[in-house]
Amino acid sequence: MKAFSYLSAPDVATAVRAIADRPNAKFIGGGTNLVDLMREEIERPDTVIDITRLPLTEVEELPGGGVRIGALVRNSHLAANRLIRTRYPMLSQALLSGASGQLRNMATVGGNLLQRTRCLYFYDDAAACNKREPGSGCEAVGGFTRSHAVLGTSAACIATHPSDMCVALAALDATVVAESVRGERRIPISEFHLLPGERPDIETTLTADELITAVELPDVPVAATSRYRKVRDRASYAFALVSVAAALEVTGGTVSAVRLAMGGVAAKPWRAREAERLLLGGPADVESFRRAAATELAPAVAQPGNAFKIELAQRVIVATLAQLLAEGSAA
Amino acid sequence: MTQTQTQESPALPRAGRNVGKPIDRVDGKAKTTGAARFSAEYPYPGLAHAALVHATVGRGRIAGIDVTAAAAVPGVLTVITHLNAPPMKPPPPVSLLNLESLASATTVNYLNTDEVHWHGQPVGVVVAATLDAAVEAAALVRVSYEELPARVDFAAAEGRAKPQKGNALQPGESRKGDAEAALAAAPVSVDLRYTTPPHNHNALEPHATTAAWDGDRLTVHEGAQNIAWVRGHLAHKFGVPAQNVRVISPYVGGAFGGKTMIWPGTILAVLAARVTGRPVRLALTREGVYRTVGGRTPSIQRVALGANEDGRLTSLIHTSITRVGAVGGGPEQVTSQSRHLYDAENIFVQQNLVKLDLLSNTVMRAPGESIGTYALETAVDELASKLGMDPIELRMRNEPERNPLDGKRFAHRMLREAYARGAERFGWADRTPEPGSMRDGRWLIGMGVASAYHPSWQFAANVTVRLSADGTVVVRCGFHEMGMGGATAHAQITADALGVPFEAVRVEYGDSDLPTGPGAGGSGQTASVAASLLTACDKLKRSVLALARRSSGSPLRGVRPSGVEARDGGLYQAGAAGRGEAYAAILARAGRTSVEAQVGSETRMGALAGQVRFMSKLMLDRRRWVKAACGAQFCEVRVDPDTGEVRVSRWVGVFDVGTVINAKTAASQLRGGIVMGIGMALSEATLVDPRHGRIMNPSLAEYHVPVHADIPPIDVSWLNEPDPTMPLGLIGVGEVSITGAAAAIANAVHHATGRRVRDLPITLDALM
Repeated sequence: MKAFSYLSAPDVATAVRAIADRPNAKFIGGGTNLVDLMREEIERPDTVIDITRLPLTEVEELPGGGVRIGALVRNSHLAANRLIRTRYPMLSQALLSGASGQLRNMATVGGNLLQRTRCLYFYDDAAACNKREPGSGCEAVGGFTRSHAVLGTSAACIATHPSDMCVALAALDATVVAESVRGERRIPISEFHLLPGERPDIETTLTADELITAVELPDVPVAATSRYRKVRDRASYAFALVSVAAALEVTGGTVSAVRLAMGGVAAKPWRAREAERLLLGGPADVESFRRAAATELAPAVAQPGNAFKIELAQRVIVATLAQLLAEGSAA
Repeated sequence: MTQTQTQESPALPRAGRNVGKPIDRVDGKAKTTGAARFSAEYPYPGLAHAALVHATVGRGRIAGIDVTAAAAVPGVLTVITHLNAPPMKPPPPVSLLNLESLASATTVNYLNTDEVHWHGQPVGVVVAATLDAAVEAAALVRVSYEELPARVDFAAAEGRAKPQKGNALQPGESRKGDAEAALAAAPVSVDLRYTTPPHNHNALEPHATTAAWDGDRLTVHEGAQNIAWVRGHLAHKFGVPAQNVRVISPYVGGAFGGKTMIWPGTILAVLAARVTGRPVRLALTREGVYRTVGGRTPSIQRVALGANEDGRLTSLIHTSITRVGAVGGGPEQVTSQSRHLYDAENIFVQQNLVKLDLLSNTVMRAPGESIGTYALETAVDELASKLGMDPIELRMRNEPERNPLDGKRFAHRMLREAYARGAERFGWADRTPEPGSMRDGRWLIGMGVASAYHPSWQFAANVTVRLSADGTVVVRCGFHEMGMGGATAHAQITADALGVPFEAVRVEYGDSDLPTGPGAGGSGQTASVAASLLTACDKLKRSVLALARRSSGSPLRGVRPSGVEARDGGLYQAGAAGRGEAYAAILARAGRTSVEAQVGSETRMGALAGQVRFMSKLMLDRRRWVKAACGAQFCEVRVDPDTGEVRVSRWVGVFDVGTVINAKTAASQLRGGIVMGIGMALSEATLVDPRHGRIMNPSLAEYHVPVHADIPPIDVSWLNEPDPTMPLGLIGVGEVSITGAAAAIANAVHHATGRRVRDLPITLDALM
C-alpha cells in the first residue's frame, strides 16, 4: 500500500474544504472497500480524510412520510432500523444479504453507494482494464465473465455494480444528498451511477470534491410489501449473480403499484422501468410477470460465461413478484 | 452457527482410560487465547519484512528489471532479483531412493534464472524494514519479458495426454480381463465423462516463514507438514549441513497438503535473510498463496460400467487425465478407489497426464480419491438409475470379499456395516426413488449416497519417551500438528501405554531438534507415530522393570515382563492388586532421575538403515494386505426449482476408520473433510485464464469455499472396529471423509431434479 497522509475532519464544512484543497484525496468511512482497493494498489490516494466523526449517523423521519438516512449510518444499523424494516423491507433485506456481519458493522451507507466493481480483471493489476487504466483495454471480454453485466454494457467495459443496497435504493427512487464547498446538491439515484460507455472509469456523477451526507427515501407506500431476492454461488458472503428488489400492490386483481430493480446485471443498479410500465394497470398474474420480465431483458447481451443470467434474471423477477402476490393475497 | 453432532462411540476396543475419549485438545487454550505463536508471529530484534514480485507472463525470459522506484521507497533494504541474487544449489533430481528429493515443489532455481515458467513465479523479493514498505516497493518493481508461447489450457491439451508411468507404490495402469469387451457385451451399461476443476489451498494460515541466520546456522519458523524435508531442502539449497538448520513448527494453521512441499516463499525468505544479514519474515498474502503454492489438478475422467440385469458388474473402466507443471508436480491417483471398491469381473484403470506451463500441482486432501470417487460414485448411481435399483443395493451386490484386481486380502473392511448404520441414521428408507418426487414447499428434495474410500499409510517415525522420577512423561517426536489433534492423541496413547494420568504426559512436536517424525500426509501420521510410540513405551517399561527386578526391596523383584502391566502410575503384577510399585518409587530406589527409551536413529547411517528397514516392511505389508479407510456418505439437498440454487440440508457420514483415539478431534477431522467436499461439489474452482495461465480469483471473496450458511448439521460416526494390522487398530481419519462427498451431493441433486451434472462444481446455471 502506498504511504498516505491521514486527517480526521470534525465537521462537514472542514471535510469538504479539506478535500477541495487536496488533489488526490479520498474520504474514508467504514473503509471496507477503499482499504481493500488501496491494498490492491488500485486506489492510491495521497490523503485519506476520515469522516467517521461527522454527525451523519441518524435515521430520521421526514415530513411527508419519507426517511433521511445519514451517510455514516452503518449497514447493520440501517437494516435493523424499525422505519426501514416496516416501510422499506426490501432495503433491510438487501443490506442483510450483503457481505458479512463484520463488514456490515463497518460499512456505511455513503460508502456502499461508491462500491467499486468486483470484476476479476479490474482487481488484477496484471490485466488490461479500462476502468482501472483508461484506454488499456478490457481483458474481461473473452475471459471469465460469470459475474459480468448483460445490460447497459459497452465495448469498453462489461463490469457490474456489486451493491445490494443500491438496488433497493434504485427501486425506491432515493435521492443522494451531497455537499461540497459549492454547497449542497441533490442527485436522484437514477442519475447517480453511470453506465460505462467510453469511460468506465467514471462511475458516478459525484464530483471528486463532493461528500455524500445523506440518502433520502421518499414515501413509497407500496414498498411496505416488498422483497429483496439475491441469487449467488453460495448461501452467504458472495456477490449477486442476479438480485431483484420488488414491491407490488394489487387491487382487484390488477397491479396498482409496482417497483422493480435488478442487481448483478449492469454497471448500475438497474431500475426495470419497462417492466414496471407493462405491469402497472395490468393483471397481476404469473403470465404478465413473465411478459414484463422478458421485455425488460430483451435488450440484454450475454458474454459466453454469463448467458444464464438473462434467463435467471427473468425467473427471479417472476418468482419474487409471484411471492409478493401470494403474500399479498394471503394478508 | 453450524450445528454439529458428535456421538461418543460405544464399545472401545482395547479400552484404556484415555484412548477413544473426547478429550479437549491440549493446544486448544493456546490457540483460542492467541498465546499460540504461528510462523509469522516470532519476534526478532531487527526483523525485516519481505514481499514477492510475481511474473506477469506465463512463460518467457526476463528482458529487464527496473528496481529504481522500488529501491527508493523509504525503508527498503534491498531488492533481490536474478541479477544480484547469490547462487543457490538447484533442487536435487527427484528419486524414490532419496525421499527428500520429493520436497522440492518445482525444478526452478528461483532468482538464479531469467526463465519464467508460470504466471506468478517469483522474479524478485523486496526486503524492507516494514511490511508496508516491502509491499509498496514490490508493486513498483518493473519487469519486462521476452514472452514465449505457453501451454496453459487444460481442456485444449486433452488430446496430448500420455499414460502415466507407474512406480512401486502407485501403478499408473491396471487391468483384469478385457473390460472393454465386457462393457460392449453387458446387458446394461453406462459410459460417462466427468470433469473437475483445479482447486487451490486456502488454509486459515497463509504460508509464512521467519528465517534467521547466525553465521552458517539457520533457524526457520515455518508452518510445515514435513519438517525434515524443509530442513534437508534448505540445507541443500544454501550449502550448509542439515544439522545446522533448525525448523520450528509447533503450530500450523491448517495445511491439507499445501504445506507438504517446499514452495518458493520459504526459500526466498531464507535467501533474503542471507542477503541482508537480518532476520526476515515473509508472510504470503492470500494472493501470494495462489501464485506460488500449487493446488489440486483439474481432471477429465471416463467411467464406464457394465452390468448384468441383476446388477452384478461385469466391467469397470475408469481412466483419468490430470495435469502436472512443466517444472514439477506429480500424478494424482484418481483411479485408486476404482481398484478396490467393486467386485467387477473385468477391470481397467488408467491414469494419463498432460504437462502444462503452470505452477506444479500438489497434494490436497485425498489427492486422487477425492475427485476419483466423485466420478466413480456418480457413475454407479447412474447405473443404479438405469437398472432401476436402489444405489445402496447395487453397491452391496458388488461388495468384494477380496481385492478385486488381485485377490489380496483386505486388512479390514466394513463398508456393509457403514451403509447399514448410515441408512438407519439418515432414514434412507423414507426416500422415494423417483427423481423429483420429494418436495418441501417450493424446494425440491433429493437424497444421495456414495462410498468413501482412502488407503491407509504408515511411515517411519523416530520417538523418544522419557519417564521422570516425579512420574511425569515427556514424548518427543518431530511430528506435525496442523489442527488434527496429534499432540492430544499421542498423550492419550502414552498415558494408557504407561498407565499414567493424561495430565502427566507432555508431548513435544513440531521441531527439527526432536527425533525425526513422519511427514503429515496420507492420513498416516497418527498411525506412524503411534507404532513407534508403543514400541518406545514397551522399551521404557522393560527398562524400568529391569531396575525394579534388580532391586531387593521391590515387589517386582524377579517378575517377568510378560507378567507385568502398567497402571496407576507404575508397574504391577498383572491381575494382582497392589503387587507392584509406582514409577517414582522404582526410580528413586535406583537413584535415577529419569529413564528414557528411544525408537529410531538420528545418525545418517542409522536413519538410512531405518528407512530401508521401514520400506521393506512396508512393501511386504502391502504385498499381503489392502488397507484402507472407507465409509458411507448420505446427504439431503434442497434445490430451488426457479433458480437452481442447491442447499445441502442434512448429512450423515458413517466411517470405518478402525480405532478412534480421540472422539472429539476425530469427529472434527471427519466433519472438516465433508465441509471441504461440499465446497468441491458446489462452489470451489480455481479460474485459470486459458489465454495466459493466470489465476483470476486468488481471494476468498472470489474463490468460493463454503461459508457457515452452506453447511448443515453434520452427523459423523464411526464403527470403531480396530484394523488388526495397524498399531492400536487405527486407520487415519484425515482424508477419507472428503471422498465420496461430492458424489453424494451430485446424486442427491439428480434425485431432486432428474438432472445429472457431470462437471464440478454444480452451479445453479447447470440446474436451471
